[in-house]
Amino acid sequence: MPRVFSDFVMNFHFDPLLLAIATPLAVAVAILLGLPKRHSIKLAYVGFGVPAIIALWAWMNFPADAGAKYAFFTRYSTGLDSFGITLALGLNGVALPLFVLAGLVGLAAGLYAIQSNAERLKIYLMLLLFMQGGLMGVFASVDVFFFYFFHELALIPTFIMVGIWGGRDRNYAAMKMTIYLTAGAMLSLIGLIAIYVKSGHSGQTFDLIMLREALAAEPIGATTQKHIFGLLMFGFGILVSLWPFHTWAPLGYGAAPSSAAMLHAGVLKKFGLYGLIQVALPLLPEGAKDWARLLAYLALGNVLVVGLIAIAQRDLKQMLGYSSVMHMGYAFLGIACFSVLGVGGVVLLMVAHGLSVALLFLLATSIHQRTHTLDMTQMGGLAQKTPVLAAFFVAATLAGIGLPGFANFWGELTIFVALWHFSPWMTVAAVAGVVISAIYGLRSVAAVFFGPPTEALDKVTAAHPPADLSWREKIPALILLAALLFVGFWPKSLSTPLNSTLAASFRMLDAPRLTAGR
Amino acid sequence: MPIELLQQAAANNEWLAITPELMLGLTALLLLVLELILPKAKHGLIPVAAIVIQVVIAVSLALNFNTAFSGTDTVFNGLLRLSADGQFLRLFFLVCSIFVCLLGTVSLAKQRMPRVEFYHLVLVITAAMMLLAQSNHFVMFFVALETVTVGFYILVSYFRESPLSLEAGLKYLVMGALSSSLLLFGIVLLYGVAGNRGLPGGSADSMNFDQLRGFLEANPGNFLASVGIVLVLAGVAFKIGAVPFQIWIPDVYQGAPTPVTAFLAVASKAAGFAVLLILTQRVFTPYQNLVIPVLAVMAGATILFGNLAALTQHNVKRLIGLSGISHAGYLMIGVIAAYREPLAVGAIWFYLSAYLLASFAVFGVMAHVAGSNDADQELDHYANLAKEQPFLAAILAIGLGSLAGIPPLAGFMGKLLIFVAAFKAGLYPLLAIAVGGVVISIYYYFGWIKAAFFPSSLPSGGEPAPVATRVCTPVAGWVRVALIVLAVSSVLLGFYPGAFGQWVLAH
Repeated sequence: MPRVFSDFVMNFHFDPLLLAIATPLAVAVAILLGLPKRHSIKLAYVGFGVPAIIALWAWMNFPADAGAKYAFFTRYSTGLDSFGITLALGLNGVALPLFVLAGLVGLAAGLYAIQSNAERLKIYLMLLLFMQGGLMGVFASVDVFFFYFFHELALIPTFIMVGIWGGRDRNYAAMKMTIYLTAGAMLSLIGLIAIYVKSGHSGQTFDLIMLREALAAEPIGATTQKHIFGLLMFGFGILVSLWPFHTWAPLGYGAAPSSAAMLHAGVLKKFGLYGLIQVALPLLPEGAKDWARLLAYLALGNVLVVGLIAIAQRDLKQMLGYSSVMHMGYAFLGIACFSVLGVGGVVLLMVAHGLSVALLFLLATSIHQRTHTLDMTQMGGLAQKTPVLAAFFVAATLAGIGLPGFANFWGELTIFVALWHFSPWMTVAAVAGVVISAIYGLRSVAAVFFGPPTEALDKVTAAHPPADLSWREKIPALILLAALLFVGFWPKSLSTPLNSTLAASFRMLDAPRLTAGR
Repeated sequence: MPIELLQQAAANNEWLAITPELMLGLTALLLLVLELILPKAKHGLIPVAAIVIQVVIAVSLALNFNTAFSGTDTVFNGLLRLSADGQFLRLFFLVCSIFVCLLGTVSLAKQRMPRVEFYHLVLVITAAMMLLAQSNHFVMFFVALETVTVGFYILVSYFRESPLSLEAGLKYLVMGALSSSLLLFGIVLLYGVAGNRGLPGGSADSMNFDQLRGFLEANPGNFLASVGIVLVLAGVAFKIGAVPFQIWIPDVYQGAPTPVTAFLAVASKAAGFAVLLILTQRVFTPYQNLVIPVLAVMAGATILFGNLAALTQHNVKRLIGLSGISHAGYLMIGVIAAYREPLAVGAIWFYLSAYLLASFAVFGVMAHVAGSNDADQELDHYANLAKEQPFLAAILAIGLGSLAGIPPLAGFMGKLLIFVAAFKAGLYPLLAIAVGGVVISIYYYFGWIKAAFFPSSLPSGGEPAPVATRVCTPVAGWVRVALIVLAVSSVLLGFYPGAFGQWVLAH
């Protein structure tokens, strides 16, 4: 132990990525050890702020010509080095957009939680901070072991938050989420172990860089690749709510407290897609081609079946949950295309969807506080009383539908273009999904904000006159909306590093290159 | 052993090789003396003395980890084999014993029972387990095993005013006697067949593991030897609670005093696995074709049975007993993998260490939540634990999370190592069963956490569920420190195993 400590002191240098992971975790531990409430809240600002600042810093300082290399790369020993596990941190062009997403959504979720005055706020913030630390770690990890590890670190607080602060059916929802997500995580764990074991006879490793090199020199046999990709596809698929394994998602998001839903639906859920892109596609290209058809069919299930279910929802949060499941279908379609264009589109869509769905969950809770119900048939005419809230909600809905000007547009457009090369009829079906999302999105806007208020709503508003969004609610919402618009108007800021990495280290993918924003 | 051999042992300073065991035996006697000479008011010092002496032994053992067996291999004319694994297990059992004594101070205070004999027995059993884990001869093996088992007969029925404890004691006695007799029958068969000078490799000292192995190598597929091996494995399977020899576990775990349940769950199970590893890897190796299928079927059945049976349990002692069965199943996968993959042995040691840390954390909480009737510990009693005893609730969550194998806790690392070893050994069907088992286990571990943490009443206007609240014993300073140590090491081992990780991987 002393040697380890002295090593640490001697080799200490400023490592922004480690700082982004460690700050929220350190604040969480401080709260766990019994920090008084007043200081807890002050420190929580630091815990959510530092990762966001570092994420923006990394975005600005990311080398444009990174190519296959990881920027901000560092490596720490764990004692299991001979087993092939080290704490390696770094960002490539695929990880950077999601790292930024995690920082921004984390900040918004944290600020919204602080103003929410939830019961037992301290513990709530502590769990969110653990989650935030895990999220930053997921996307900064170059080592597959820590990639999985940080995902679980972020996942456990989600279950607890649903169970304690959740709304209707929280016990059932928490249990169902736990079992589904554990099943998904275990399947993908076995898949990752399989890659590890097959990664060459000399030194097996979990390090993604070394894995890429080892498997490029000596690829896994085609049949084995097929088996492993199947494990990863279904394992990660369950985590991302691939149809028909999606039933945990609407239920869980319907019950989850707002900040937990924002972080899970917005960021954590992207873990599975990110894993498919960063780990499965480059390491198992043959396997991916074998499964592409099936994946595409299941993804169409997400888009069409779940889309139609979303139309039928009366509960606002349930509808958002289903819509979030539906949009994951586009992401899976993009992966199934197996092209640089498709994968690039998926990464952009992940960022855009993460921002917009987090914004929608935030606004849904703000609506609930004013209407005291989530049943959309019991609302109406809220726009007259809360015009700012209405404006935000309309903007977020339009972003979700994929209107040009919002980041979502670029993601969906590139996926559709890539999909055309894969299968034209599927493209037609997927574009029909946009109509579906327009139907339920605009219907929800109409039901909540326009038309005459219902009697039930009149009673509630008479008792508690609804105030418009306060500044403490507006700021987190503004952060998310600004990011959506920024990426929408200047997608190049993300697509340049993304393209550079995809072109350099995803050579196994098919030809068409990402051109969005050129 | 003839007297000349004893003299020879003394002349070669071989007694030094079993210093820790001797020290434990002497301490056990010292405790009885202390009871006689100390005034009754100061009897509280006795467990303190037991714990302090054991900590001293453990520290000196750890400091002499590598020196104790340098240059020697077998001692006492081949009865004992000194090895790094043996040293590790000695430390393991000592740590178990220390925590059992600590739990004893919590649990025994709730009963009107003689206190000293409890610690005495725990020390004797620990010494016997240490010898068992290093045995190299069936005589040593059986005597050590019986010392452990007989000690447990007494400990399980220690709360003699509780009918459930007595029932558990009786069940353990009957089942234990059955398993011992199976084991003994197997040993005798092996002894007889290997002692036959007419067969190649027949030996006069055929209970010696090395001689026996030599015989088995020379006679592949001997029918009597095969029967003997299966019977010996059956006897060991009783100790680790593997299907179909798991039947005693729920009742005995429920009836036994909580510290004894912990002792059974951790130390006794670890001893079983130490023995199983010695037998399968060193002695029965030539009979792989027989041993592997037997163990594989048992492992699969054990995982499924343990997890499925635990699903419906509301008594936490039964629940942890049944979930312990499933852990035995995962460990058995490691034992099978060890035939082809050297990593597996290290993985088993890591898994057991993680299991020790997590189990004692959970049992520590159980000992505090339990009322005066030790067998009556239901999930309902954990309602509101998070509100009233946040410290205990946090320890419980870490312990259960580690048992469930959730990162960043040590249990996850243990499962990962076992799974990697199993994958390398190509045990895909067993791996699939294990993964299914882990998912099932989430339900009941999470249910327990839910009972402790999640408010059971509905948020608005719902009927609040009737809560059988129970006043927890206040947590004494020493116990608090011990629980914190358990929890922190559970977290730390999960992502920074450090030197311990290196030792495990060096296998």
